[in-house]
Amino acid sequence: MAPAPSSTFSAITLNINGEKHTLSVDHRTTLLDALRERLDLTGTKKGCDQGQCGACTVLLDGRRAVACLQLAVAAEGREITTIEGMAESDQLHPVQQAFLDLDGYQCGYCTPGQICSAVAVIEEHAAGWPSAVTDDVRPEAGPPPLTADEIRERMSGNLCRCGAYVSIVQAVARAAAAEAETTETAEAAA
Amino acid sequence: MKEFGYQRAFDVSGAVALLDADPDARVLGGGTNLVDLMKTGVERPARLVDVRELPLDKIELTDDGGLRIGATVTNSDLAVHPEVRRRYPALTQAVLAGASGQLRNMATVGGNLLQRTRCGYFADVTKPCNKRVPGSGCPAIEGEHHNHAILGASEHCVATHPSDMGVALTAFDAVVTYETADGPGELPLTEFYLPVGDTPHLETALPPGALITGVTLPPAPVTVLSRYRKVRERASYAFAIGSIAAALDVRDGVVRDVRLAFGAVASRPWRARAAERVLTGAPADAATFAAAADAELAAAEPLPHNAYKVTLMRNLVVAVLTELTEESTR
Repeated sequence: MAPAPSSTFSAITLNINGEKHTLSVDHRTTLLDALRERLDLTGTKKGCDQGQCGACTVLLDGRRAVACLQLAVAAEGREITTIEGMAESDQLHPVQQAFLDLDGYQCGYCTPGQICSAVAVIEEHAAGWPSAVTDDVRPEAGPPPLTADEIRERMSGNLCRCGAYVSIVQAVARAAAAEAETTETAEAAA
Repeated sequence: MKEFGYQRAFDVSGAVALLDADPDARVLGGGTNLVDLMKTGVERPARLVDVRELPLDKIELTDDGGLRIGATVTNSDLAVHPEVRRRYPALTQAVLAGASGQLRNMATVGGNLLQRTRCGYFADVTKPCNKRVPGSGCPAIEGEHHNHAILGASEHCVATHPSDMGVALTAFDAVVTYETADGPGELPLTEFYLPVGDTPHLETALPPGALITGVTLPPAPVTVLSRYRKVRERASYAFAIGSIAAALDVRDGVVRDVRLAFGAVASRPWRARAAERVLTGAPADAATFAAAADAELAAAEPLPHNAYKVTLMRNLVVAVLTELTEESTR
């Protein structure tokens, strides 16, 4: 029996930065194109459009992902966070502030992706995730110190055509250290 | 990109029914390979069956002390799982050596096994390719093939399988489980990929319409001391030009047990059984390790621009087995 013809469009609701957006999408639409072309959220950048440069990095349910390989229709029901959702009103996210303070960019095109990725890198590391440069991955070895080598490896999915990597690594290190200090202070107070 | 239908499945039987009803349907997991290939026209499915919400996202201990990994477990969740890190460290290392943090969060275990080769001719629809268009030819053999196969290839295709995860799973005797409209089935990963021969477009032994439900790792004490080493053309976020997953049990200077598999050298993750036979019961020293590598690589048929891989793999075998031997006596 021939399969029933299948619609190639769907009406979907996307939850982006805590706001619901309802739209009809051609199934071919990537989350990246939906954000930029349909919802006017142009902070997420299109670089290679094939998952190789990381410029379109967003958070899906709190985890970093490339929006160019994520179909919009398949993102329904997930919590999407873009660079526009990082700051708390006028207060920049600590990672945004660190990039500003340490010049973690030059032209700025890859920066939204770098920042979204860095926010997740700091959380992954705080959760004890090892990386490809972690010497001993056994849980008993404990989380590896977030060295420059660890940051470079963990951030390798974000390319910077200007080559601002030196400052990017410093910005991620500073934001991670500040976050760890805040956590320690909160734990000491508790 | 060709237009396509999209359906989200919430249970395995529903997903299998959708796949069974439409031979032009494809399974969508993380989409990191499939969506990319759809953009370039290499893949042209009529509909996608999204399996991310299937209840196949668990990693559980089996009754015999092995591990059962659901098909929709993401690469990230597999790599950081405490039991994987403790009992199969080379599997964690292999997964972490692949792709980027973003892609590992999206990609799934089932999708990783079914990913397609990164051969440039396969990816370019303006070029002939026997894997993409059967009978059209293989330009890689006379052309750009510096990262192509040295083992198990044929005159019809010399593409490699790009997975890192699959190399560790192959070394550790993983078994793939699947579901079809006619019932469940399973395949050892060493029999999951078909020989290239004159049918490089037929890649796996999965029946039509099958849905991978998971991968089972048998218990093996030897895997506790294991390592994955990947060689690539830049330090991170690149496919291997050669890789190795190895587990070793050495006692009193003699190899008691060993698991060995190679990546980026064949159309599938390559279990190095000839090398394992030489190693088992032999003295754990550099001479044995080199002899084992030579036994495996005797079957290598390199092309003009990838002969370096024979030396590379020989050196990898000796280096990684030497490191594991030192680690075991520490």
